Amino acid sequence: MNPFSSGTRLRDMIRAIRSCKTAAEERAVVRKECAAIRAAISENDQDYRHRNLAKLMFIHMLGYPTHFGQMECLKLIASSGFPEKRIGYLALMLLLDERQEVLMLVTNSLKQDLNHSNQYIIGLALCALGNICSAEMARDLAPEVERLLQFRDPNIRKKAALCSIRIIKKVPDLAENFINPAASLLREKHHGVLITAVQLCTDLCKVSSEALEYFRELIPDLAENFINPAASLLREKHHGVLITAVQLCTDLCKVSSEALEYFREKCTEGLVKTLKDMANSSYSPEYDVAGITDPFLHIRLLKLLRILGQGDPDASDCMNDILAQVATKIESNKNAGNAILYECVGTIMSIEDNGGLRVLAINILGRFLSNRDNNIRYVALNMLMKAMTVDAQAVQRHRATILECVKDSDASIRKKALDLVYLLVNESNVKPLTKELIGYLEASDQEFKGVLTDKICSLVEKFSPEKIWYIDQMLKVLSEAGSFVKDEVWHALIVVISNASDLHGYSVRALYRASQTTTEQESLVRVAVWCIGEYGDILVNNVGMLDIEEPITVTESDAVDAVEVAIKRHTSDLTTKAMALIALLKLSSRFPSCSARIKDIILQNKQSFVLELQQRSIEFNCILQKHQNVRAALVERMPVLDEATFSGRRAGSLPTSVSTSTGTAHNIPNGIAKPAAAPVADLLDLSSDDAPAPSSSGGDFLQDLLGVDLSTASAPPSASQPPKGGTDVLLDLLSIGTSPPAQSSSSASDILSSIQDNTASLANLNGLTSLSPLSANGNSPASPAPVMDLLDGFGPSPQKNEENGPAYPSLVAYESSSLRMSFNFSKQPGNPQTTLIQATFTNLSPNVYNDFLFQAAVPKFLQLHLDPASSNTLPANGSISQSMKVTNSQHGKKSLVMRIRIAYKMNGKEVLEEGQVNNFPRDL
Amino acid sequence: MIHFVLLISRQGKVRLTKWYSTYSQKERTKVIRELSGVILTRGPKLCNFVEWRGLKVVYKRYASLYFCMCIDPDGNELEILEIIHHYVEVLDRYFGSVCELDLIYNFHKAYYILDEILISGELQEPGKRTIVRAVAAQDSLVETVKEQTGSISTIIAQASK
Repeated sequence: MNPFSSGTRLRDMIRAIRSCKTAAEERAVVRKECAAIRAAISENDQDYRHRNLAKLMFIHMLGYPTHFGQMECLKLIASSGFPEKRIGYLALMLLLDERQEVLMLVTNSLKQDLNHSNQYIIGLALCALGNICSAEMARDLAPEVERLLQFRDPNIRKKAALCSIRIIKKVPDLAENFINPAASLLREKHHGVLITAVQLCTDLCKVSSEALEYFRELIPDLAENFINPAASLLREKHHGVLITAVQLCTDLCKVSSEALEYFREKCTEGLVKTLKDMANSSYSPEYDVAGITDPFLHIRLLKLLRILGQGDPDASDCMNDILAQVATKIESNKNAGNAILYECVGTIMSIEDNGGLRVLAINILGRFLSNRDNNIRYVALNMLMKAMTVDAQAVQRHRATILECVKDSDASIRKKALDLVYLLVNESNVKPLTKELIGYLEASDQEFKGVLTDKICSLVEKFSPEKIWYIDQMLKVLSEAGSFVKDEVWHALIVVISNASDLHGYSVRALYRASQTTTEQESLVRVAVWCIGEYGDILVNNVGMLDIEEPITVTESDAVDAVEVAIKRHTSDLTTKAMALIALLKLSSRFPSCSARIKDIILQNKQSFVLELQQRSIEFNCILQKHQNVRAALVERMPVLDEATFSGRRAGSLPTSVSTSTGTAHNIPNGIAKPAAAPVADLLDLSSDDAPAPSSSGGDFLQDLLGVDLSTASAPPSASQPPKGGTDVLLDLLSIGTSPPAQSSSSASDILSSIQDNTASLANLNGLTSLSPLSANGNSPASPAPVMDLLDGFGPSPQKNEENGPAYPSLVAYESSSLRMSFNFSKQPGNPQTTLIQATFTNLSPNVYNDFLFQAAVPKFLQLHLDPASSNTLPANGSISQSMKVTNSQHGKKSLVMRIRIAYKMNGKEVLEEGQVNNFPRDL
Repeated sequence: MIHFVLLISRQGKVRLTKWYSTYSQKERTKVIRELSGVILTRGPKLCNFVEWRGLKVVYKRYASLYFCMCIDPDGNELEILEIIHHYVEVLDRYFGSVCELDLIYNFHKAYYILDEILISGELQEPGKRTIVRAVAAQDSLVETVKEQTGSISTIIAQASK
């Protein structure tokens, strides 16, 4: 006998642990016990094995590691006595979970125990199997369990039934083996077995359509057994049997419409009568709960009636009286009674319309709502949400009470109430309800603010009757809980402001005012800074003053102050600071008088530790110093942001399998890629070229827009990455002025003119972004050191016309009666896998094509990157081009292949053309 | 379906855990920590339901113990309260006015009773008397086996004298 383990009994150990004053003491006791148990384990001590394991279970519950005891479970289970097995199985369920390998070792013991002569040992094994069975065990032990479904003792049968549920859930293939025994179980009289049999059948039907069919065929037979002699089951005195019978009916109805019909016809009346008897029955001690006879049975009966009444006026009619009786008669001063009422209201809401009953139900809910018990209020709100679909008008009547619940001290109730209010809002009541919610925003606690803000923003966006109201409400939310506002929400606000040209003045003044009083709300500051940058002149000149506004005098330096505060505040994060920097650049042109001061502020950021800010400030400084001539054009007001594109981006955040241009961008990890769907967005995008393009959620839209590339810092360094710096575009843009416009195919001249004459069609501007890819393909000079250029003051950039790879004939890849697509190929030297394709789309018809979109998909061994098209409008008999890059990982083995889809609108009609391109030159 | 059952004391000590859905040991610790943080901090007058990870946790406090059951979001919360009460009443019948100490020192018995009420998250037996009877029968079986082995060992001891 082990001297250590014999020391303490389980009880003594628990006592010792409980008497510990500190956690350290407890740890010491546990450590000592664990050491003793380990010693006993290593000595293979048999006498105290079950006691040790019991101790381990207790230690486990305290949260200490007990993995070393896992094998002991198996040994105990393998021993012969019932007491050892009982502890062993308990420990097995507690200390192990089904994913552990050790579990496999227990399969054999389980098998033996399932065949044991002692029914209690079988029971233990079934219980363990039902709770932790894995798929492998299910396969191995299914025959035993299946056999036990016919065991003589009902306790084993019901356990076997529940165990079978677990087995078929783990391995649906096994379901068919269980159909027959399960069906015979349904003829059971023992109520415990019935409950489990019903559950088993339901689950069988869920996992196997075959089982479903089988049970459907059984229905008349089953009905014979359970329904037709409603006398035998539904009139049963034994409540256990009744409950299970009702449960059985309910599940059968759920599974099969035929059963539903059958039950409707044959047993609605019987059930109603049973419920009536129940409601009127005298006191029965065994089933009495708080003065109500068996609430469980009540609830199940009501559930079944609900299913029977749904969609069937006759059946609904039949149960009206009893529902009314339950709804009025049941006492609602105890939980059990309320549980029944709750179920009853649910039933009334679901069955076919009966005005009087509905009123009764809504009244009960109204009473529930004003109940002092929070549980009752919670379920009332829960049920009112369901009632919204049935009778929204009736729910609206309780609006005031529900609004009060939003302010409840109970978080669960608040959340439910808020969900309900969210459903209640419509065009007519959005203003008062939003006012209430925003008013409450101030008082609500921090955790709730996030959810509340979300809901308010979504409501305001969804139902706002006019833009000025939307802007007002968003402003209030931003000033109150700006830190909880999601990025896409304030992005949306900027888009809306940008679109409401008559409200520019109003918005920028209101934002200016708000930012003067509130400075700790990050997103408010961002929106304010953006607007001041864009509409600074409007702010100062009080343009577009509305009648409702108080006059305000803002000088140019006040406006610069506001931005300066934002950039200098130490709590501002990178995004805010970067936005402020850009706003300053814009203001420098709007307010010539402040330009020296702005230069100072920008210069201060030259020392910033954040690369992004440092680099930006150096660039901006260059613009201010050396390029006065292009500055004004550079910082022109943003063109109106396209609301449709933005919302489309917000919605379409799911990557598609077809490699659309955005899709590709998403797929290339180190992307030379950029999202191409939003041409405007790329206008000022200085650096997305070398950023891994994130999925096209709304969030990065504005990121792109502002050209703040926050992800560069985190981008993993990679050999294939183009030189960092994010200045490419800017540089190109700036260098255009000095470099000879020699490249015929580049769109440089295009850009220049478009900026200068400021008639910038989006498409032309978009050429900006296609510049860098173009410069890579050898047609225009590749400028590998843009930063250098920038800094050494713009000597004409060196022209290196690089040697192209072998020339490939161009090819007509696709041609229909209305459209021709031809491909020109080129290769980058030293990179034979990659082919640059210049696609030219030619309109062969006399109509203009709008919303032109080209998509392409390639097999897995290819990688495709699409640049944006030169325009999304294809003029009559005109052409546009789009470049793409294909990387062939099987270069030399397989040739390119591509499936294409072209969508456009002709005369307002959508046209979709699809095709496959197989005729690529072989060695691409 | 009930996904798991937890008994947590007011001090956050775990008194019983039963898992019917698959959670690894790590996840279990996490779930317990998370839920006890949520439930123990709730005030006494608040409702007994907490929405958690898309599921609903119904809890009820009896003296110093919190009984928690996690169900699907469309389950009947009030009914689960009754099932919890059902369990408590069986415990009460078995131990005779049960208290937390009973469940600490005889934690294995609490498990045995739960195993007679629920298997794989489904209600197995609605009758209290049936449950108590089933557990008592197994207890007496343990006693008989013990007595037998006791007597056998005395016989052996006597024989070997």
